[in-house]
Amino acid sequence: MMNRREFCKKAMIVVGGIALPLTALEVFNPTRLQAEKEGTGKVRWAFLVDTQKCVGCGFCVKACKIENEIPYDANVTRTWVERYVVTRDGTTHIDSPKGARDGFTTAKIDQNSDGMLEVPPADIEKAFFVPKLCNQCDNPPCVQVCPVGATYQTADGVVLVDRSWCIGCGYCIMGCPYSVRFFHPVYHVAEKCNFCYHRISQGMKTACVDACPFGARRIGNLRNPDDPVTKVIMTERVNVLKEEYGTKPQVFYLGLSKEVK
Amino acid sequence: MKNHVWRPLFVALAVVGCILFVRTLLVPSDFGVYERGYMYGWHRKGNEAEWKAVRVKYKTAGVCRECHQDKYDAIRNSAHSSISCENCHGPNYDHPKDPLGLTIDRSRSLCIRCHSFLPYKASDRGGIRGINPETHHPQAECVLCHIPHNPKPMNQKREVMS
Repeated sequence: MMNRREFCKKAMIVVGGIALPLTALEVFNPTRLQAEKEGTGKVRWAFLVDTQKCVGCGFCVKACKIENEIPYDANVTRTWVERYVVTRDGTTHIDSPKGARDGFTTAKIDQNSDGMLEVPPADIEKAFFVPKLCNQCDNPPCVQVCPVGATYQTADGVVLVDRSWCIGCGYCIMGCPYSVRFFHPVYHVAEKCNFCYHRISQGMKTACVDACPFGARRIGNLRNPDDPVTKVIMTERVNVLKEEYGTKPQVFYLGLSKEVK
Repeated sequence: MKNHVWRPLFVALAVVGCILFVRTLLVPSDFGVYERGYMYGWHRKGNEAEWKAVRVKYKTAGVCRECHQDKYDAIRNSAHSSISCENCHGPNYDHPKDPLGLTIDRSRSLCIRCHSFLPYKASDRGGIRGINPETHHPQAECVLCHIPHNPKPMNQKREVMS
């Protein structure tokens, strides 16, 4: 039999033990914490898209597909351009035929199985183009869900996929809120934009940035305060896509409209 | 305690040891937790070098300039100055050694990427001089009349021919 005093003592110990979080037992390691929160490297890649300057020529998509060896005629692409046409009655038409690989050459809107929609110029309230690519999020959900450690983030912030380690489960493709991931038709593993990692790591710009004739796409280093792209991101009115997901995307948009999803 | 109690424990330990041994054989030695911590940085380090080793196909206009300074200067002074050589001439690869690249695209579909007129005032597209590809000489290639390296003045080739 247990008396009241003993019961109270033991109950206190049990409650205290339950209340103690597991993390309190972890040895405090400032360098590791800093690496996880802020990063220690001198480089953090970020991207800047000017939606006003984009004219929907699609040279970026073409260059990306060739540069990164994505089968040209397969309907998958690492980057694409969306067209938004808002009409006077308030409806928004969005299309991106072949990811805009061949540009937007007609005013008709591609509605897939519903055919092409002709919008008279007088009905257009506003129309513009929005290039999309991987946001290289600071909190990448695609990396969190990978069960085997095949997708990961490098010290400079780029999310990569290890083709020899990916098992093709597709969790990351489901997990990305921006739908930038797909299965590579040849390698049958997850594929995504990696800011042309082979180019930026040797001082070049990405293939899409070099191909854009209008300066709508730019890439820069957020940890360099003198970088022209960093200056724009810090001092001008930039926005990101789907901020509410908490992914901390690192592709910043100038002139983003509320219709853009 | 009796032997029959300990025996399953030894079997279990052997299984665990076996799994650990197989794991050391299968998992590469550079697999571990790197800069971005356990949640984002758990990977095979060697894969970063594999991505860095991807072949560069688009070498940029700066490489074209090394041999074709005249063409480079001509287009830099034209209305098409912002267009990279490789957008129309195709990726460089290892030109002139490798003939794989430089598939020059003179097609109409290339020009109308920008010059098919779209009435989009909210975007710079609305400000580009454009045509309706369905009505503007639909059977002709643009380069029959227009010179892409120097698009202004218009219709130079037609004037020469007449």
